[in-house]
Amino acid sequence: MSAPSLDAPRSKRQITKNNFELNAWLFMRVSGVVLIILVLGHLLIMNILDGGVHRINFAFVAGRWSSPFWQIWDLLMLWLAMLHGCNGLRTIINDYASKHATRMTLKGLLYVATVLVIALGTLVIFTFDPNIS
Amino acid sequence: MAKSAAGTLYRGNDGMWSWVAHRVTGVLVFFFLLVHVVDTALVRVSPEAYNHALELYKTPLVNLMEVGLVGAVLYHALNGVRIILIDFWAKGPKYQKGMLRGIIVVWLLVMIPGAYFMLIRTFESLFGSTS
Repeated sequence: MSAPSLDAPRSKRQITKNNFELNAWLFMRVSGVVLIILVLGHLLIMNILDGGVHRINFAFVAGRWSSPFWQIWDLLMLWLAMLHGCNGLRTIINDYASKHATRMTLKGLLYVATVLVIALGTLVIFTFDPNIS
Repeated sequence: MAKSAAGTLYRGNDGMWSWVAHRVTGVLVFFFLLVHVVDTALVRVSPEAYNHALELYKTPLVNLMEVGLVGAVLYHALNGVRIILIDFWAKGPKYQKGMLRGIIVVWLLVMIPGAYFMLIRTFESLFGSTS
């Protein structure tokens, strides 16, 4: 591994192949604004109003997911929150894991966890059965 | 060349601490989210399995941690708005300090009644209902 280096002053800016980092930066802001409504609304309903967490049980979930409105709300919240969090952790790993192997391992774990959790959550929302025994 | 480090290094001031808190709350919320999707997935196993997991959320200690979670999410959301204003509003960088004070005030105004409603049942179960 070579030592970290800085470009010489006034050296030409490297042309990147795509705008991934710019798009990721923009995604954090756009998804963040949407998540403010989705997540704060979710926390208000689930934790604060009308007894909060103490009234949540299987029947409560079944009642909510009988409405497509809350199914779409939860699906959108799941995807946006996971992608927003995944990109946030990617940034943090890139900042603090200086060894190439550590960085790649941590990011690999992060991406696997993200894909698995998004897949699990999506599956649960789409296949929820209120009459499961 | 500045005579002292104060004011030249980007270290130790509210700009840095708000950034640290944004990262810390973000990581905490992300790890909770992983757990939360898995516990909610128990609705696909059986009502009993899900209700059993939800009982944990209603215990005093976890109930208190939920207040911390809501506080972390709320800070992250408010400071996120501040970051967007710093990035996109021409006067954002000029008012970043004032905006930080503003979000702390909003945070307190929401969290004080919020924590009350989140914890009232736990208090009643621990120390007996007054009604």
